Amino acid sequence: MSAEFDITETLDVKGASCPMPVVKTKTAIDDLSEGEVLEVLATDAGSMSDIDGWSSGTEGVELLDQAEGDGVYKHYVRKTE
Amino acid sequence: MSTDASGAATDDAPSRAELAARVDELEAALADATGEDAEKKMSIIATKGTLDMAYPPLILASTAAAFGYEVTVFHTFWGLDILHEERSSDLKLSSVGNPNMPVPNALAALPGMDRVTTTLMEKRIADNDTATVEELLETSLEMGVEFQACQMTIDLMDYDEDDFYDGVTTGVGAATALEDMADADIQLLV
Repeated sequence: MSAEFDITETLDVKGASCPMPVVKTKTAIDDLSEGEVLEVLATDAGSMSDIDGWSSGTEGVELLDQAEGDGVYKHYVRKTE
Repeated sequence: MSTDASGAATDDAPSRAELAARVDELEAALADATGEDAEKKMSIIATKGTLDMAYPPLILASTAAAFGYEVTVFHTFWGLDILHEERSSDLKLSSVGNPNMPVPNALAALPGMDRVTTTLMEKRIADNDTATVEELLETSLEMGVEFQACQMTIDLMDYDEDDFYDGVTTGVGAATALEDMADADIQLLV
């Protein structure tokens, strides 16, 4: 799969469990500028649903993609404002 | 059966002027609700101080802050221990009265058993990389969650205002909590 976006920063929260993947994603997104993309690497299986829900319920972010492989859940979130 | 409304309004029907005033009122209320003051709010009342019951308010508070909510957590009675700098790292878990714990109540009530179940739970928390109570508290504070310590129970428990983490609000009571709850989109008692 070829990504149609460039990754600006990568946040590694492997090992961390709820609520830390979402909380740290929020903090990392705050440090980005409009249009930039954050890659989040997590091992918490709940992060698939949680980061999806957080993106839908939060202004100024857009979930571009989610993928799973080798026990790592990858999330791509764009800051939109 | 008449549909003629010209000048024949019944006594309890609102006049055109009253309707216009009501429309103005609703428009003002809508402007208030959608204006800059429309930040989502959550108010939690935390009353429990056992290791297991310290987690739900802290997890929900930090997550709500990540969603952009303005969050206040009002701590009262045993919930004060979560904000207490010394006591928060030594919260206990009891098996007594909890049939999900693998210890029969008759044994759970023996001296020292709370220490055993607490140690087992602390080990699980560490093995699972679950955040500790202090980590969640500090993270929440950094994210702007307001933690309030109920003044009446501070006095009742004979705690000192300096016993609490930096950033904790003291000198507040039930009226403050009620005001927050009335304003909030989500209100929870834990």
